[in-house]
Amino acid sequence: MAAAPETDDLKFTPLNDWHVAQGARMVPFAGYSMPVQYRDGIIAEHNWTREHAGLFDVSHMGQCFLIPKDGQFETAARALEALVPADVLALKPGQQRYSQFLNDEGGILDDLMITRLGFEGHHHWLYLVVNAACKDADYAHMRAKLPTDVELRIADNLALLALQGPEAVAVVATYAPQLAALPFMMSLDLPLGPHWCHVSRTGYTGEDGVEISVKAAEAAAFVAMLSADPRVKPIGLGARDSLRLEAGLCLYGHDIDTTTSPVEGDLKWSIQKRRREEGGFPGADRVKRELKEGPVRLRVGILPEGRQPAREGTEIFAAENEQLRKIGVITSGGFGPSVGGPVAMGYVETAFATPDTPVILVVRGKELPGRVHALPFAPHRYFR
Amino acid sequence: MTTYFTKDHEYLRVEGDTATVGITDYAQSQLGDVVFVELPAVGQSFKQGAEAAVVESVKAASDVYAPVSGEVVAVNDKLPDNPATINEDPEGAGWFMKIRLADKGELDKLMDEAAYKAMVG
Repeated sequence: MAAAPETDDLKFTPLNDWHVAQGARMVPFAGYSMPVQYRDGIIAEHNWTREHAGLFDVSHMGQCFLIPKDGQFETAARALEALVPADVLALKPGQQRYSQFLNDEGGILDDLMITRLGFEGHHHWLYLVVNAACKDADYAHMRAKLPTDVELRIADNLALLALQGPEAVAVVATYAPQLAALPFMMSLDLPLGPHWCHVSRTGYTGEDGVEISVKAAEAAAFVAMLSADPRVKPIGLGARDSLRLEAGLCLYGHDIDTTTSPVEGDLKWSIQKRRREEGGFPGADRVKRELKEGPVRLRVGILPEGRQPAREGTEIFAAENEQLRKIGVITSGGFGPSVGGPVAMGYVETAFATPDTPVILVVRGKELPGRVHALPFAPHRYFR
Repeated sequence: MTTYFTKDHEYLRVEGDTATVGITDYAQSQLGDVVFVELPAVGQSFKQGAEAAVVESVKAASDVYAPVSGEVVAVNDKLPDNPATINEDPEGAGWFMKIRLADKGELDKLMDEAAYKAMVG
């Protein structure tokens, strides 16, 4: 077993003491000390989230605002559209969209959530949530590229929580009944108990649920309030990973990175029609070409036969003329508790991307049969 | 019957010239939920320290090393279909294999229970 990892210089979320008190096993992740699991273990936590309400601390992620100095939403939206392929301009107050920061080659610098605030007097503000490991680079990228009439305001005074699962919304609706009817990918700013919150009907588990931004100074009291509900249990990064993998959702740095385009990553649904036609984002030439001609490779689900997981880095082969030819690589792989067996995602040559295409996975030197599988593995249960 | 332990968190329960081998309760608690196990074939022989089995948790794959040299004379056939047994009863029903000791002198390099408990704290 490996020696204890270097823990110097790790950052802590506002909920570190709470995690430890809940029996978390803390590990370094993206520069933060984070809970990988609590006492019940990853499978139990995964299943709890699919059946009840799992509470995740995602305060390591980067939260920031884009504020146009002229008070016009269009100014902020157009500024951000120069960096991402999503239609930001079309966002209604309170609406949220998934997108990616692209480089000039159409590679993905980070993926992010973009919300137009719905709070009275703030309809011109954009609220962004970016990945922890990328946030410093993202902020530098935005500082370098945004026009001077749009302010980047980093909100490191905010904690971020996700409450996910079929009972999640009922839990928060005990404090704010209007949340029960909040549509998927919409947000409200309102108090939950004594705490002022920004609540989005979103998440990264494939389940119904919310993400809640709350003042860091109030995070511990807020979490104590939520977790007093017997439907709520804390869930660590281990189950977060198996939940998002079964839901077919990308983990930045693994399933998408600077070498993959959003089309290759099977994220073209996140590029709305107007942007496809007009372009005007970094890498638009590549994205438009791939949309027209099809990408050379595509992210797909891979279902290994049997019980052995095929993990990140596993090479994918096709049997051709009684020989094996490498056609791709696994980018995320592990055990899917809801599937009851191993699940994986990876890139294959586009000709092999059709579901049920047989593939060979070479795991620890042995050939393991598998099949391309449609994503998600576990059906999305979003509230629409 | 004497039980020995390795620094890699395996136990060996030695009766006569045969050792029953598995991973310790501490090892299973560190691994977390075990979802896959691959055992050697009966009749295979290993040198001490060679990779003899694979155990995978939700998080990661780990090798299990032959704690002594010898021939595998039995494996726990129920384990591959019920890998969670390793979490539930690692030092009982969750055993991996039985090895016929090639050199009992190798046992001298291993830890007794008190030394192992001191190591894992």
